[in-house]
Amino acid sequence: MSSGNGSAKIGGAAKGGCAMSHATRTQLEQAAQAQLDALPAGKEPLKPRERLALPAQEMPTRDPVDRRKSMQEVALGYTEAQVRLEARRCLQCRNAPCVQGCPVRIEIPAFIQAVSDGNDAEAIAIIRRASLLPAVCGRVCPQESQCQLPCTVGKSLHDVGKAVMIGRLERYVADLERESGALATPVVKPPTGKRVAVIGSGPAGITVAADVRREGHEVVMFEAFHKPGGVLMYGIPEFRLPKAIVQQEIDTLRAMGVRIETNFVVGRTRKLLDLLEKDGFDAAFIGSGAGLPNFMNIPGENLVGVFSANEYLTRANLMRAYDKGRAETPIYPSRRVAVLGGGNVAMDSARMAVRLGAEEVHLIYRRTEAEMPARVEEVGHAKEEGVIFHILENAKRVVGDASGRVTGLECLRYELGAPDKSGRPRPVEIAGSEFMREVDTVIVAIGNSSNPLIRQTTAGLETDKRGNIVVDADGQTSIPGVYAGGDIVLGAATVILAMGEGRRAAAAINRRLAGGTK
Amino acid sequence: MPLIVFKQQLSEDVVLMRLDAPLIARERRPGQFIILQLDDDYGERIPLTIADADPVAGTITILFQTVGGTTHRLAQYSVGDTIQSVLGPLGTPTHIERFGTVVCVGGGIGIAPLHPIVKGLREAGNRLIVILGARSKNLLVFENEMRALADELIVCTDDGSYGRKGLVTVPLKEICGGAPKPDLAFAIGPPVMMRACCEATRPFAVKTMVSLNAIMVDGTGMCGGCRVTVGGQTKFTCVDGPEFDGHLVDFDNLMQRLRAYKPHEEEAHHKCHLEMEAQKLAARQRAGAL
Repeated sequence: MSSGNGSAKIGGAAKGGCAMSHATRTQLEQAAQAQLDALPAGKEPLKPRERLALPAQEMPTRDPVDRRKSMQEVALGYTEAQVRLEARRCLQCRNAPCVQGCPVRIEIPAFIQAVSDGNDAEAIAIIRRASLLPAVCGRVCPQESQCQLPCTVGKSLHDVGKAVMIGRLERYVADLERESGALATPVVKPPTGKRVAVIGSGPAGITVAADVRREGHEVVMFEAFHKPGGVLMYGIPEFRLPKAIVQQEIDTLRAMGVRIETNFVVGRTRKLLDLLEKDGFDAAFIGSGAGLPNFMNIPGENLVGVFSANEYLTRANLMRAYDKGRAETPIYPSRRVAVLGGGNVAMDSARMAVRLGAEEVHLIYRRTEAEMPARVEEVGHAKEEGVIFHILENAKRVVGDASGRVTGLECLRYELGAPDKSGRPRPVEIAGSEFMREVDTVIVAIGNSSNPLIRQTTAGLETDKRGNIVVDADGQTSIPGVYAGGDIVLGAATVILAMGEGRRAAAAINRRLAGGTK
Repeated sequence: MPLIVFKQQLSEDVVLMRLDAPLIARERRPGQFIILQLDDDYGERIPLTIADADPVAGTITILFQTVGGTTHRLAQYSVGDTIQSVLGPLGTPTHIERFGTVVCVGGGIGIAPLHPIVKGLREAGNRLIVILGARSKNLLVFENEMRALADELIVCTDDGSYGRKGLVTVPLKEICGGAPKPDLAFAIGPPVMMRACCEATRPFAVKTMVSLNAIMVDGTGMCGGCRVTVGGQTKFTCVDGPEFDGHLVDFDNLMQRLRAYKPHEEEAHHKCHLEMEAQKLAARQRAGAL
């Protein structure tokens, strides 16, 4: 099987630097310790030039060969020496461009200074002032397009891949807090007698539930699945975000007194307006996510063996189909898999297919690697695990046999044209360039639209052309007392943005219930 | 966790259960279904139709055939047991109004989901001709309930052990060819039977609604595993359906998709039977030891 580079054209400059040779955690620790030992002993802070000379610390990972068969987390987290060294790379810029790049405005230089000083407890306390889910965001945030993008270190070195690794530092202090048992249940104020319904238990819902409950309001969270956590549970695989971390966040909510109603789909089990008008809720927050998978709308897409990434990942993650001996939920037996898309979900699907035993996994993306929305780290991990990348290529038609099963994918070659509305070069198909790829499985990972269930069952709820719920600056919908946030408002976005929206809406709900306006 | 309050073995492999599920009982409408899961960690989620509901008692009635691992295990549950996860009601309810004369065809355990629809149509003041089909007399369910609701009831069995011998499509064609022809038809049962019914009504231009039993995971539109081709367009059975205009449904595609996990299901089914045999054997040994 190809290592990933061989059969694919890699367009433009590879994003970031992903080492194909595998350094062990011990090797990385020793290298970092040697660097630390070589630093001048005195109390004098390092000069900017000295800081810029320190090497960006590589994330220790499980061996690529082993992880092709393992669901265990790939990124192992920095060692202590790596953390101290990486923190010293921060220039402590007074204008803090990184903070501007963070959707929830974590005081990044302050927490990094604390890490540099060896004060990890203070570091996590600073992060927690702005973020509720640091262990999650440290793992899944697209840092290279957020806080690390404007980092002065990266700019000075002309490589965003060499910016201060803010996310990895965040993960370290969050993990340390959790593993040391220092995670305290937030204090909840005395009961106010007010009730808030939180619809959806993903990142937006978790944030709202915690922030509203803290003020002493009763919170009931409704989840359609049998387990809370939303996309953190069903979508993001164990090898990227261990479910124990998500479970910890859910346990914290329960310890705060949040009631979680699973197997309850608002709109069907109970209509949203009934919750407010008949069941005594004073406010509601809709964080039901973007759960409606987009398909390509190409011929053959309903053949047996074509899956949405949502379905493939839900079977594998939430329903644990990877545990073939115990799980009752089947997963399609695949030999040659094509994954369509270039985002994190596409990488997750491709890497999951590798782990589920596919012989070949082909990732097909119509732009080049430079335009891929996936995190650089995930692209690197996918390649290391043997996913074969095909850029400037797109699916035209799925072909099947007499029993309706997929046997191939007709593809077209593409080239890059002038920039489109998103600012990315527009992919242009090359006429007559059709060719066949022999595959038995196609996973479509080209995004989600907003789930229509609540919109269809809630009179007076304003939505835009794409079906996303329209909200004001406070996150309030067209129905007073009903707020919304996360993907159902933004379209498919990120965990951190959902959390940011949740915080804003929670603040508005708390103001409203305290008797203020709105 | 819904409690089983009533259980009845209707035939060798068909079981009826009443579950204490007040929220679903209150909100459900004809045409809707539930998703059930016996084990939150490793269990599969399976869609089951709602055969009846009592909002006052807070119960729903489900009816299932033991065809796979989950249904086999569920059949072993008794009154007083609880089911770990039940989600619902799901799907878009049946559009019910006073259509005039409606012919309703139910085949096998498809008679169960047809029952609340027939009830709804009755309440809306329609004239109802109900055709029930089963392989054999002992496999016929809900006959009395349907007789009480229908203006005319026709029973067909494959083996002729009860009612007319033969397929439901024969009386269906007769009725569609009669005057006045029915204003609407419903056909619910195995896909082959639904397809045959649609072909029977097509020449008479009698609109025929079918209820599809696609494979699904979440049941809320999130996975798209239940997609079907209807009139050349992709629809999600769980949220756009489960009912569609049968004359537009691509049944070949539906049936192919239903067979997606056949080898896995057969293995699970086989394993399940082995487990049950082992349990019986163990019970016999215990009894012998006493």
